[in-house]
Amino acid sequence: MCSDFTKEVDKDNIALITWNCLDKSMNTMSEGGLKAFQKLVVEALSDDEIKGIIITSGKADFSGGMDLSTLEGLKRNSGPNPASKIFEYIMEGHRLLRIIELGKIDDTYKSKPVAFAGGGICAGIGTEIGLACHRRFFSGSKRSKIGLPEILVGLFPGLGGTTRVARMMGLMGASSVLLEGKLFAGDKAKSIGLVDEVVAEHELIQKAKNWILSASPEDLIKPWDQKGFKFPGGAPYHPGGFMSFVGASALVNGKTKGLYASAKALLSSIYEGALVDFESALKIEARWFTKVLMTDTCTNMARTLFLNKSALEKGKQRPPAVEETNLKQISVIGSGMMGSGIACASIMNGLEVLLIDQNIEAAEAGKAKIETLLNESVKRKKLSEEEKTKLLGNVKTLSSLEKISGSDLVIEAVFEDLELKHSLYKKIEPYLKKNAILASNTSTLPITKLSEALQDSTRFIGIHFFSPVEKMNLVEIIKSKQSNEKSLAVALDYVGLLKKTPIVVNDSRGFYANRCIIPYINEGLRMLSEGIEPALIENSAKHVGMPVGPLQLLDELSVSLALNVAKETKEALGNEYEETGTESILLEMSQKNRLGRKELAGFYEYDDKGRRLKLWEGLRNLNGVSKPANISTETVKNRLAYVQALEAARALEENILLSVEEGDVGGILGWGCLIWAGGPFSWLDHVGHENVVAECQKLFDQYGARFSPPKVIKELAGNGRKFYN
Amino acid sequence: MEEAYIYDAVRSPRGKGKGGSLNELTAVALSAKILRQLRSRNDLNTEEVEDVIWGNVTQVGEQGGCLARSAVIAADYSETTPGLSINRFCASGLEAVNLATNQVKGSAGSAYVAGGVEMMSRVPMGSDGAAIAVDPTLAMNSYFVPQGISADILATKYGLSRDDVDAFAVESQKRAAAARKAGYFKNSIAPIKDQNHLTILEEDEYIRPETTMQSLGGLEPSFKNMGEIMPGFDAVALLKYPEFEKINHVHHAGNSSGIVDGAAAVLIGNKAFGLKNNLKPRARIVATSKIGTDPTIMLTGPLPATEKVLKISGMSIKDIDLFEVNEAFASVPISFMEHFGVEHEKVNVNGGAIAMGHPLGATGAMLLSTVLDELERTGKSTALTTLCVASGMGASTIIERV
Repeated sequence: MCSDFTKEVDKDNIALITWNCLDKSMNTMSEGGLKAFQKLVVEALSDDEIKGIIITSGKADFSGGMDLSTLEGLKRNSGPNPASKIFEYIMEGHRLLRIIELGKIDDTYKSKPVAFAGGGICAGIGTEIGLACHRRFFSGSKRSKIGLPEILVGLFPGLGGTTRVARMMGLMGASSVLLEGKLFAGDKAKSIGLVDEVVAEHELIQKAKNWILSASPEDLIKPWDQKGFKFPGGAPYHPGGFMSFVGASALVNGKTKGLYASAKALLSSIYEGALVDFESALKIEARWFTKVLMTDTCTNMARTLFLNKSALEKGKQRPPAVEETNLKQISVIGSGMMGSGIACASIMNGLEVLLIDQNIEAAEAGKAKIETLLNESVKRKKLSEEEKTKLLGNVKTLSSLEKISGSDLVIEAVFEDLELKHSLYKKIEPYLKKNAILASNTSTLPITKLSEALQDSTRFIGIHFFSPVEKMNLVEIIKSKQSNEKSLAVALDYVGLLKKTPIVVNDSRGFYANRCIIPYINEGLRMLSEGIEPALIENSAKHVGMPVGPLQLLDELSVSLALNVAKETKEALGNEYEETGTESILLEMSQKNRLGRKELAGFYEYDDKGRRLKLWEGLRNLNGVSKPANISTETVKNRLAYVQALEAARALEENILLSVEEGDVGGILGWGCLIWAGGPFSWLDHVGHENVVAECQKLFDQYGARFSPPKVIKELAGNGRKFYN
Repeated sequence: MEEAYIYDAVRSPRGKGKGGSLNELTAVALSAKILRQLRSRNDLNTEEVEDVIWGNVTQVGEQGGCLARSAVIAADYSETTPGLSINRFCASGLEAVNLATNQVKGSAGSAYVAGGVEMMSRVPMGSDGAAIAVDPTLAMNSYFVPQGISADILATKYGLSRDDVDAFAVESQKRAAAARKAGYFKNSIAPIKDQNHLTILEEDEYIRPETTMQSLGGLEPSFKNMGEIMPGFDAVALLKYPEFEKINHVHHAGNSSGIVDGAAAVLIGNKAFGLKNNLKPRARIVATSKIGTDPTIMLTGPLPATEKVLKISGMSIKDIDLFEVNEAFASVPISFMEHFGVEHEKVNVNGGAIAMGHPLGATGAMLLSTVLDELERTGKSTALTTLCVASGMGASTIIERV
């Protein structure tokens, strides 16, 4: 029998059921765990001596939620009709939580009070167990947060969370919990009704016990189990609820572009559930949840954003032989936007930073940028003024390099110029501490080439942060041909310390992310030049699952940067450079001083605050743009999606990208690529490789070699397999 | 196959919505008054009426419970005459006529009364719920947006400016006011009287002859906020119409159909019915059509419905002398004229729903009576009536004087 749950009975005859998965750092619910929990609950409820039950955790955190591999396993190991097995399993869970909610196993017993006493992180099924209890006591500690974040990884709360929260808060009230998947600190959770009492962590159990001993029979009846229950805010066909429900579908449809099956299932569960009694509503929720678990895009998204992302964060690619790095101080050279961003992320995670620039004024300006970033955190109440001052004290501004000898890691973040970097490295190397690592934050220059300036190129590696550093959680770590294991380990430990997600790639032009983003932008430009309606290009990009259209992205990055990249690539590749035919548009835009959002004029028009107003009307009259062309929306979407996904597959084939898992996590965190499908590789799996090959053949015939399917995809198509087994 | 003829058509005047003259009447009462008028005008032996097909959109409360049968009983028709309430949204009144027509043509009875009623001031539009708007799976998969947004999508598609739609609305008011003044509506309108024979309403009361471009110019677009801000229907519209950068919000209360009360009935029968009862057919119903279209833009139904009815009748658009294209929103008739290249001189010659209002369940039958009167008045021969329909449908009818 699984030992994830234990039960002890105190002198007052209150049963304390404690969740503590001994083999895991975080409580997650497994198939065996649920059975063990069920057994203890039933035992306690059928024991006449027991006055009540407290459900708590043996760890600092209550629970991270369902063990997703359990669900995957269930699906895989349940024969020809997995839906039936999954549905039954979910219904079994519902029955257990319903017993808790009624406080009795059947009507031959009297109801017993059941209290939830938890703290730390409480998510998913952890929260859903709490919701079934009669009273929830939650820790007021700063790190304690409770919520139902399932929607963010492609699922939705499927063990009563949806049905209960909707009935507790109504559709509008429930939206921040269910649709936005927010985690709430104690006070906020109490104000929205997610918990009942916020208490000091050490008092959780005592307060729960006091309540159990004083609970009245009425305290044990949920509103929906009382006569005359009304759906808060109005059920769908009541005047109050009607517009909310109409609005919710539109809002979600517009925001998700109709791509997320889980969002549809969630809303449908609420709607259909609101029209029937509680027991039927649970069944409805279970049917939709089963449907979501049977939908590949949903489970793929969960696989990427939950399982694979956390595996990467836990150091999946870290060379095990290298001992743990104990980073205390790092140096950041170059205090521009990237340098100061990196420095800021570093101090916020307990490091000391030497921020170095050519002169002290520049370095101080960098420090001022850090202060601006920290002020944002103060404004959002994530940081106190005091803490901010203390953190800023951990940044030392310098204009010379001697002091870097105290740093275990030195990160260069100066202007993207090979010669500049080479001469800087030559100056840096003599001061480097023995065993220290030098890293470049370059986003475009090949790492191996950069490392040529060093005597010892084995201690050099690329740590590519995305801009803006404070918002982007992906870090691309690029190994040069010479980078040693120690460099990789230090880079990974550093990224781990910053609580960001690393992917490790081999060196080549554009590494992984930019290699895929650039063709995406170019495809947008090509379409523009073909005379395709600019709005169709931009909308189709979003509708296929990209966060921003290629023209908008170009405005954000700036036309000059794009011209620069094109120029450098051309120089580096020489004869191998493939003309995209889009440079003329870039040049024209540049000549017309429409360089992007920073200049308040680009492919879009902007107001003086830099807010995007509309596509620039002059686009259709550019010399490089042909007469209006007819093209199906489907083809526009396909071109924009395939041009990236095929490039990702080529990066894998060329061993630049080391795994599809990293390709998907990197795609999603790096440039928001096809999130709904679980990333570019999951998307190709979803489309099916035979279909991919057929579609690419069509695109290849009409639009050229960039759509020729890579060998790896042809092979998968040939033997009917997928990237993920 | 039998021919189906219109023997008579009668309607109530259209009463302003809230605070309007018909507001005090129940849906059954107004229906019964019109059914009685039709009987007395034609000395109708109601035993010969095979069915009363009654269009009505919001079938709840006093309009629920098969209003058609209630109205038949209230009008004291023969007990053997049943009643059928139908809902094809805005085209219900025309659809009732079309159903009756095809029953007659198929020899299922010799005479029908068809028409409808809507007491919009009493039974609010939308109060019967609508799964397509509110059921998330359906609403999301069909890209549901409210009708006003659809009207603005249509305006965007046809590149209509605010001035274009406002100018159409001013013209509708001008035509309706002139027609009312000249007494063109008198033949079909049954003045509505109370139980003491005191007049409640004699003429359409929604018309605003004083409407100008300036007075309309001051009105805020009605659907801009729900489109652009909360809940953001435009984003849903763009999922279906990605070629547009944004939806141009041009419609408002002044260039959309008015919310009014009203009822109308048409007597339809075969040739033998007329001979037997000594009634003279006023027009032959040449052909009818109905069709489903994209529910998001929703209001384009008149185009394929018209193409379909022309094809069925073997006629071309040039064969039609007069058109009634329901003015649900100004963009609907304008897009119709653009699509078919029909000049405004032939379309809604006596104004339309923008000026006079659109009592949903009755409008189709009202348009038919209006255009039949106009054919007779001007000595013209053929007319085509068509309406756009919620959830993406359309209906059309061609009549020809005999």
